[in-house]
Amino acid sequence: MNLISVSDLHVYYGESHVLQGVDFDVPEGGVTALLGRNGVGKTTTLRALMGLVASRGSIDFDGAEIANAPTHKIVRRGVGYVPEDRDVFAGLTVDENLRLAERDSQPQYDLVYDLFPELKQRGKQLAGTLSGGQQQMVAIARALLNDNRVLLVDEPTKGLAPLLVTEVARVLERVSELTTVLLVEQNLGVVGRVARDAVVLDTGRVVHLGPAKELLADKAMVNRMLGVG
Amino acid sequence: MSTFILLTITGLGLGAMYFLVASGLSLIYGLMGILNFAHGAFITVGAYGMWFTEEHLSGIAVLPRFLLGALAGLVVGGVFATLVELVLIRPLYQRHIEQVLVTVGLALATVALVIAIWGNDARAVAAPAWLSETTTVAGAHIPNDRWIEILTAIVVLFALNAFLRRTRYGLIIRAGVENRAMVTALGIDVRRAFTLVFAIGGVAAALAGVLSNVYFGTVDPQRGTSLLIFAFIVVVIGGLGSLRGTAAAAVVVGLVQQYANYYASSGLGDLSVVLLLGVVLLVRPRGLSGSFA
Repeated sequence: MNLISVSDLHVYYGESHVLQGVDFDVPEGGVTALLGRNGVGKTTTLRALMGLVASRGSIDFDGAEIANAPTHKIVRRGVGYVPEDRDVFAGLTVDENLRLAERDSQPQYDLVYDLFPELKQRGKQLAGTLSGGQQQMVAIARALLNDNRVLLVDEPTKGLAPLLVTEVARVLERVSELTTVLLVEQNLGVVGRVARDAVVLDTGRVVHLGPAKELLADKAMVNRMLGVG
Repeated sequence: MSTFILLTITGLGLGAMYFLVASGLSLIYGLMGILNFAHGAFITVGAYGMWFTEEHLSGIAVLPRFLLGALAGLVVGGVFATLVELVLIRPLYQRHIEQVLVTVGLALATVALVIAIWGNDARAVAAPAWLSETTTVAGAHIPNDRWIEILTAIVVLFALNAFLRRTRYGLIIRAGVENRAMVTALGIDVRRAFTLVFAIGGVAAALAGVLSNVYFGTVDPQRGTSLLIFAFIVVVIGGLGSLRGTAAAAVVVGLVQQYANYYASSGLGDLSVVLLLGVVLLVRPRGLSGSFA
């Protein structure tokens, strides 16, 4: 069963036609990877799903049309978002960043501190003084605090050291057992480890849909579509 | 020495009023990105709300009349600011040019409306006699209203700080000043915070209007406009969106204005403040405090 169905999605930035009729589905459960070279519209797709950019077309989320709905209403339907640049609130402490994200009456702090025990120790520290990896933990933790139906996760390993990339992959594996994840990721090692399905974008259009492992096993296709060997 | 003390306390009293106006301006800009040129109208509405109420309570003793008038001024200022946000600003989110036009238009219209109803002349405002008496400090005779102005600004500073640090809406506002889009991406309807910030700014501006009635002893239609100019300077010097920076800048501007007027030449106070603004913009373009925290 599909949790999200995107059809004929268009996004413009001024004169630039960034998404040119994107169609794909996100099945319930597991990780669906949204792949493609830089600048093909992956982040824009997530931002359109979140209502952060104006779009044309249809986005069905669990039977409800959410295209162009106010962002806070989309989130309250059970959509968690981990943005590309983490966007933690630098002037707020770690505790305050987490408290701000609380929506449910019983936020899942046990889960968050189980995955990221370091955050408990650093609760009083300003988020702006954390390392990149620690900020990524805060960004993911904010999305995990609530019982979301789906998490939209944008390049969580970007700029992280190899050890932290492995740690993020471990967290994504664990999270995918709890909820559906739509993951934008450049690191194909991480994709191969966590993703069940893959959607490949090129110049604002979907050019491939299918199981992630099949795609990654075909080196020629990976090279052609993603520009890596 | 006594002159210096008098100038200092008077400068702090003036700075207190600038802070009350500028704190709302700063929060509104920091959170919403709106340069609210109608903020002076909130001052005027608060000041006239006080005077109007006092006029209609002429049969009662001065102290309750003064207190009820002040309370009415704050309520009217807060309600007016809330309505402005809901009716005029909310439909124009993200349309900054239109926001500027609307707020400038509202500022001009408010002054014109007040003149049309009550005329251009200053009106006397009743206040308890104690406020116009003086307290002697180290030989300086300090008008008592200065203490009230300073004390009020300190209470407002601490109250706003506590609100921002200890309440959920305060948390939303502090986060929204940093990254409004991310606040909405956490499922928060940031528009409520916008309205609340406008209401708080309106009450603080109305409080400045009420205190300015005491400071000057009168109310006049240009009151909001004249205070607003200096409040904008305070906001820029303090750093847009920074409450602490605003407080520091308000003190500096009030003191510089008083010292320059006395030690240099009467009338040079305003020029000194503008020069100070220029220096700060050149040396520290983001103001005394570049960040909200």
